[in-house]
Amino acid sequence: MIDAGDTAFILICAALVLFMTPGLALFYGGMVRNKNVLATIMHSFIIMGVVTVIWVLWGYSLAFGPDVGGVIGSLDWFGLNGVGLSPSPDYAGTIPHQAFMIFQAMFAIITPALITGAFAERMKFSAFLVFIVLWSTFVYSPLAHWVWGSGGWLGNMGALDFAGGTVVHISSGASALAAAILISKRKGYGKEQFIPHNVPMTITGAAILWFGWFGFNAGSALASNGLAAGAFVTTHVACSAAALTWMFAEWIHRDKPTTLGAASGAVAGLVAITPAAGFVGPVSALIIGGIAGVICYMGVLAKSKLGYDDSLDVVGIHGLGGTWGALATGLFASIAVNPDGANGLFFGNPGQLWIQFVSVLATCVFAFVMTLIIFKIVDCTMGLRVTDEEEMRGLDITQHSETAYSL
Amino acid sequence: MKKIEAIIKPFKLDDVKEGLTEIGVQGMTVSEVKGFGRQRGHTEIYRGAEYKVDFVPKIKLEVVVNSELAPQVVQVIEQKAKTGAIGDGKIFVSGLDEVVRIRTGERGKEAI
Repeated sequence: MIDAGDTAFILICAALVLFMTPGLALFYGGMVRNKNVLATIMHSFIIMGVVTVIWVLWGYSLAFGPDVGGVIGSLDWFGLNGVGLSPSPDYAGTIPHQAFMIFQAMFAIITPALITGAFAERMKFSAFLVFIVLWSTFVYSPLAHWVWGSGGWLGNMGALDFAGGTVVHISSGASALAAAILISKRKGYGKEQFIPHNVPMTITGAAILWFGWFGFNAGSALASNGLAAGAFVTTHVACSAAALTWMFAEWIHRDKPTTLGAASGAVAGLVAITPAAGFVGPVSALIIGGIAGVICYMGVLAKSKLGYDDSLDVVGIHGLGGTWGALATGLFASIAVNPDGANGLFFGNPGQLWIQFVSVLATCVFAFVMTLIIFKIVDCTMGLRVTDEEEMRGLDITQHSETAYSL
Repeated sequence: MKKIEAIIKPFKLDDVKEGLTEIGVQGMTVSEVKGFGRQRGHTEIYRGAEYKVDFVPKIKLEVVVNSELAPQVVQVIEQKAKTGAIGDGKIFVSGLDEVVRIRTGERGKEAI
């Protein structure tokens, strides 16, 4: 039975989640040098086009179509065949199947867009497009099936992932690490300075992400109900706490509270609460977010010691924040909050933490290895990087024949 | 005729401008510049990483006056732009061969 309130809510949430991707474009765009800002924004923007086409043709079917062995959906729903306007028997029984499909499409869009921060300022646009098609097909769709697809093995095992901590954040973080290692450093990394060219742009982007994330997490209740309200609250609480703790961590460590730090902390908090949003209470959210701000700050600092050039800290924020969030779900989840969830370690069920750990590990390994393979294939066939000269001149002019600012 | 160029701290521009107008200077050109001297640069912090920024923002002021007025101009800039801290800037004085007012074609002192 289609419920009018649920349908209206999910359609609005889908629009909110879509809006996160241009938000991410600004978040990333402000952090690069001014010769690469358009190329960086374009990565996120054009993914809205690429992934939507893939999703309608085969992506949705592979992720949510009839189960094949717990690991992938079949191609029975190719071109949205059979995905109609009445509710699906398997997913969200009170909204049209197409509403569920388009809500999920927005998650499929933002996930690869998150990875683009790892190879910003040096990747060839054509190679980027091919990478996105392959990654979306061979990494995102299977992972989404494992966790959310009817019959998926991680979901069957009882892994809790409310809105995509593993599928979206750990997968993009692990893939970002593989990508940053294979494409190697930007020219001059460690010698020249890579200073953000427009921090206000980054903060505008972070604000849009914060706003859109309500659709991401509250919408994952898939109904306009108490659970959605609970997830809305935990999302906001964790984000606020993390913005504060990152700011204080940097203040203590470097003597100054920075605006980029507050914005980065907010995003870290949003990432961490994502898997837990509908399974934990507000005070747990406060703790999860507060710890996320500090962990992710330390993760970003560790990058320079580990020697890979993850340009915009996808690993430190999404990989680490997502991992913390997934494990924290195994600590703080409570069936008093959501009877369809499970209790975590702090509520007398240590086994849940193990299940969460397995889901983190499986996601990390799968996303990392698959991204290495895809990147290697693209590198051998068409080359990943622009030439040294193009990199010096900037991607805006060499890849797109445009400049962002003229004076 | 003399051309006086001064590199000063940006927040001192208003004081210097007022001082110069009071002694009869009728025009000046100002630009935002970057550079370094003994002050060197400053550090910026992005996500916990410190970056040394070598070039500090300054204001470059250019004034052209009669030779007689030049010592007074230098004195005013010196007084008004001084904070006593490192990075107050420098004043350069040089001779000038010719000035032309484009609208009227006047040459030399009349054109200043």
